[in-house]
This record gives sequence, C-alpha cells and structure tokens, in this order.
Amino acid sequence: MRFLLIEDNEALAKAVLDRLGMDGHVVDHAGDLETAMEFTATTDYDLILLDIMLPDGDGRSFLTHHRAGKSLTPVIVLTARSEVSDRVGMLDLGADDYMVKPIDFSELEARVRAVLRRRGGEARNVIAMGNLEFDSLAGTLKIAGKETQLRTRELRLFEIFINAPNQIFSKSKLVDRLFSYDEEASENAIEVYVGRLRRHLTGSQVMITTVRGLGYKLETE
Amino acid sequence: MKRPNIKGSIRQRLVAMLLLSAGAIGVLLYLVVQSVASQIAQESQDNILAASAISILDSARVQQGEISIDLPYSALSMLDSVTDERAFYAIRLNDDFLSGYEKLPRSKDFAGGDTTFQSASYLGQDIRIASTRRSYSIEGEQAFLEVSVAQTLTGLNQTLARVSQIALAVGVGFFLFSAVVALLIALSTIRPLHRLTESVSRRGPADLRPVAAPVPTEMAPLVLSLNSLMGRLQKSLSQSEHFIAEAAHRVRTPLAIVRTQAEITLRRVEKEENRKSVREMIRAIDESSRTAGQLLDHAMVTFRTDNLADETVDLSELVTDVVERLSPLSDLKDIEIAILKLEPVAIKGDAILLQSALHNILDNAIKYSSGQTQVALSLTKKDGFADIVISDSGPGFQDGDTEALLKRYARGQNAEGVVGSGLGLTIVDEVMRAHGGSITLSNNAGGGACVTLSFPLG
Repeated sequence: MRFLLIEDNEALAKAVLDRLGMDGHVVDHAGDLETAMEFTATTDYDLILLDIMLPDGDGRSFLTHHRAGKSLTPVIVLTARSEVSDRVGMLDLGADDYMVKPIDFSELEARVRAVLRRRGGEARNVIAMGNLEFDSLAGTLKIAGKETQLRTRELRLFEIFINAPNQIFSKSKLVDRLFSYDEEASENAIEVYVGRLRRHLTGSQVMITTVRGLGYKLETE
Repeated sequence: MKRPNIKGSIRQRLVAMLLLSAGAIGVLLYLVVQSVASQIAQESQDNILAASAISILDSARVQQGEISIDLPYSALSMLDSVTDERAFYAIRLNDDFLSGYEKLPRSKDFAGGDTTFQSASYLGQDIRIASTRRSYSIEGEQAFLEVSVAQTLTGLNQTLARVSQIALAVGVGFFLFSAVVALLIALSTIRPLHRLTESVSRRGPADLRPVAAPVPTEMAPLVLSLNSLMGRLQKSLSQSEHFIAEAAHRVRTPLAIVRTQAEITLRRVEKEENRKSVREMIRAIDESSRTAGQLLDHAMVTFRTDNLADETVDLSELVTDVVERLSPLSDLKDIEIAILKLEPVAIKGDAILLQSALHNILDNAIKYSSGQTQVALSLTKKDGFADIVISDSGPGFQDGDTEALLKRYARGQNAEGVVGSGLGLTIVDEVMRAHGGSITLSNNAGGGACVTLSFPLG
C-alpha cells in the first residue's frame, strides 16, 4: 500500500519508513504541512499518517484542509499527546483513527485494516497465486471460487508467508510478529495456527511446508 | 475541597455591634427620659409650693408694729384638696414660731435667694418643703417673716414610677426596633457578597472569565484581585497544558524512535538471546509510555472530577464508540468484544471521563485475556441504576485483591507478565465516584473477571 507519513522528526520518520517498508508498503515522507499538501495534490495515497505538532502549523489544520478538499483518503493521527479530550477532538475534525506514540506496528496494521474496511475498501489488495486469491483487507481466502474467512491471527500469519514466498520463518520469529510483546506465547501456539492455515489451504496449489529444525515456508506446487 | 479557615462572621459582628450600640442608646434614653421627667415633676411641685408660700406671705400686714396674717384658704387647699397629699405649713418671725406645724423642718439658710426648697422627713413621711421669707421693719428693727409650706410626696412618687415605666418601655422599644433594623442592615450588607459567591460558584469548569456581577464600591478591590487571580490561573492552566503537551511530545518522540528501531532490529536479529533482549526493550518502552499516559490521564481525571461537566451523555452511544475504538486491538488477539445487551440510557456527566473509564476497563479485559476468547459487555437499566457489566475469561481477580486494586499503583497478584501502571482502576474508581456511581470487581462463576460500573439514574 502507498502511505504518506507527515512527521517532522527526521529520525522517527526514517525509522517508520524502514519499518513499514519491511511489510512491503511504499511510504512517502513529508516533513511539514507545505510538502504534505504538494504530495497529496499529486499522488493518491491509500492512507495518511499525520503527526499533530509540525513546524509550519498544527496537524489539525491539515485535517480541516484535507476534509474540505473532499479527499477520501483515510487519515490516522499519530499523536504524542495522550489526553482523551485531545483524541476526541481529532476524530471530530475528521481523523479516521488515532494512535499514541510510540507506535506498535501490529496495532497500526490492525487499525489501518479496520479504517480501510470502514471506508468501503476501494483499496483492494488482492494477491493471486495459482487457484488461490487472497484479499488481505477483507481477510478472505478464495480457493477455486470457494471463499473462507480468516480470523485475524490466521490472516496476519498468512500475510507474512504470502508476502515472502519460499522464505523460511523460524517459529520464534513468527511468535514475535504474531503476538504482542506482553503476551506469553509459546512456539506451540505457532504450530496450532500453521495447522489451521494448512486446513484452510486444502485444495489450493499453495502449501506451508515444515523445514525441519528451521521453521516454515510457503511454497506453490 | 479544603474548608476555608473561618474566623468570625461579618453578619454576626455587624449585628452584635449594632445591638450593642442600640442597647447603650436604649439605656441612655431610659435614664434621660426618667431624669428629665422627674426633674420636671419636681420643678412643678416646687413652683406650686413656692406660689403657696408666697401667697401666704403676701397676706401678711404690718399694722402698728404688729404682723397680722390672714391665712388664705386657697393657699393650702390647692395642695391637698385635689390629690390625697397632706399639706403642712409653718410661719415664723425670726426664730419665733407663730403658727402652723411647729416641728416642720426649717430651711437651713437662704443663701440661694429668698426662696429655698428642701426634701425632708416629717411625721414618718417624705415631704418637700418650700420656704420663703421677707424682711419687715417692725418698730425700727429688721425682722424676717418666714413661711414654709410642705407637701407629702406620695403622688409625685407614683408619677415618677409611671414615668419610669414609660421610660423603660421607650428604651426597650427602641432596642427591639434597632435589633430588627440591625438584622436587615446586616442582611443587605452581606447580599452583594452572596451575589458574588453565586456568580463565581455557578461557573463551569473552564469558565475563567472576569466577574461581571455588579458589586458595591467596597467590594471592587476584592473583585479586582479575584479577576486578576483568574487571569493568572487561566494563563498558568494554558501554560501547564502546553507544558504537558510539550513534555509528552519530547518524551514520546524519542521513545517512538527507539521502539520502531527495536522492532526493525527484532526482524533482523537471528540469535535467540539477542531477540529476547530486544523484546525486553520493547516491553520496557511500552511500560514507560503507558505509565506516562496514565499519569497524564490521571491528572486530567483529577482536574475534571473537581470541576465536573454536566452534559447529557448517551451511554449506549459511548459504549459503541469505545468498543469500536478498541476492536482493532482485540482483533490482534482474536478476542471478540460481544455487546450482549444495549439498552438506551442517558445520564448527566462528563463524556470524556466516562469514555476514559470504560476504555480502561475494556483495555484491561483485552490485556488480561488470552487469545480467541470473548469479552462480553452489556448495558442495562435496573432498579434506578444503569449497569455496564464487562466480563472476560481471563485469570480473574485474586481473593482480597478486589478492594486493594482500586488504590493508586496497586496491581493484582497475578498481573505478572502484563504491562501496566496500576493506575487504570484508580482512574475508573475516581470517575465513578464523581458521577455518584460505583465500580464492583468480582469473578464470573465460570472464571474470568467481571467488572460492574453502576450509575444512579435520575
């Protein structure tokens, strides 16, 4: 997906760009409101991540401007302030959601998905592989025309595999990506989820194979 | 709120001082009326006695060296006929007693003139004596003819007693009248103060405008300094709000950089022990940012509960909003937030505080539940209360934890491994108290925590 990050702190912006890039997203970075408005005028983004405190003005004024221009691109506000009153104010101004820094990227991903779903899903992100179609936004697998709804964790696990076919993922790496950092999760849990995905994938030309001692990988027949 | 250090009351002091002066004036009035009245009574009696004595003296004739007195009847009859007073007289020529009552006391001297008055006792009764004298030349020798007329004082004393009663009545009447007036004065003096108090206490939490209520001149300095205080408060509030925002920004931005870099590192690092320390790092960052957030929230809650907003809050809408806001988080753990029942309820209160309270409870439920479970929520009306019940299938509360958990920084005995500051339930408790409601912590029969937020209706 194509994101626009409006954030004045260079170090944070670079880190966020790197991190989102790891998940396969293309991210443009604007350090101030002026640049941001130039970008939005020329490029269609799937999502805008907006910081509130900017050198040439308040992110709120961007929101107002953005909504006045009838743009449908969803905006998630990244705020350093955590007061509830502040957050409520953001939503009133037309933000689709907000997150308090520091950002948990799994949460961001979940919020992006929720926002895009709410928006009616113009930005379809469908990956086809053999007789399988995967809609990461809706969380559906279609195998030979038959649709299955994945639960969130199954969906996220499948996303990891399908975005990097043939790459081997160790169980512990998958634990890190799938569970939050304050959850006590064992590698057995990964086996359970892989087992479920394999059941969902029955009949497709896609399979998750075990690489003994190393982990799992996604392969096509 | 701290009770003011009360010392004395303006109204009481005013009333006391007015009553004291009214009392003093009352007593003075009594004394003056009494003394003036008795003086007038005395003088009129004296005048009558003197007139009587003089008329006797006037009837004296000196003929061929002899003094003859034809005692006029009216001279004495006017003294004893009208009233029951007894009258006495004595006529003396030099030191010789001529006629009347011989034992009637004589005037000591006539230094003050030819007529003198004295009070004395005669035949066991108080009397008033007027004596007057005139000199005659009898056979070439100067002789003084002296006439004393006396009257008992029974009538006068009765009159004086009556006068005294009237004077007392005047004094007491004046005092009572003054007391009523004093109370009215005190009330009307205090009224502008009451008006000022009302205009200040009726204000909303964020209303720091200058006082506009009309006040008397004497209160102008108070209102002036009150207005200046509010101006400074406004300034310092916006400054501290700005400061908090700035501080949060300064702290959270580097935390955000570190956390993001840590997530990137975690993806790249292969060695299990390195990955473990990076995970620890991320946990620590989450913990500190969460604590910072809840501290700020707690400060916000304390400020807002002190100045509770009074708006109509649609609880069912609020519940839906908070659930929608948290569902991406619960989705991450495949936890379903199920709204079992949602009755339409509106209460008076502060929407932002209520949102914060419910958010904290639901956030806890998600945090402590394991994946692929359900958090159930219901909003119902029963017996004059609106209850929001949130139950999860997590580990539940330990025995004896339920009371202690509402205290600041207290965490459950089974909270290990879950990021938290221990302020969440304290915030909820304070919000509930401010709305006249309560929070009850219990465990479900089948395990899991059950939190009930109960609001009184109407």
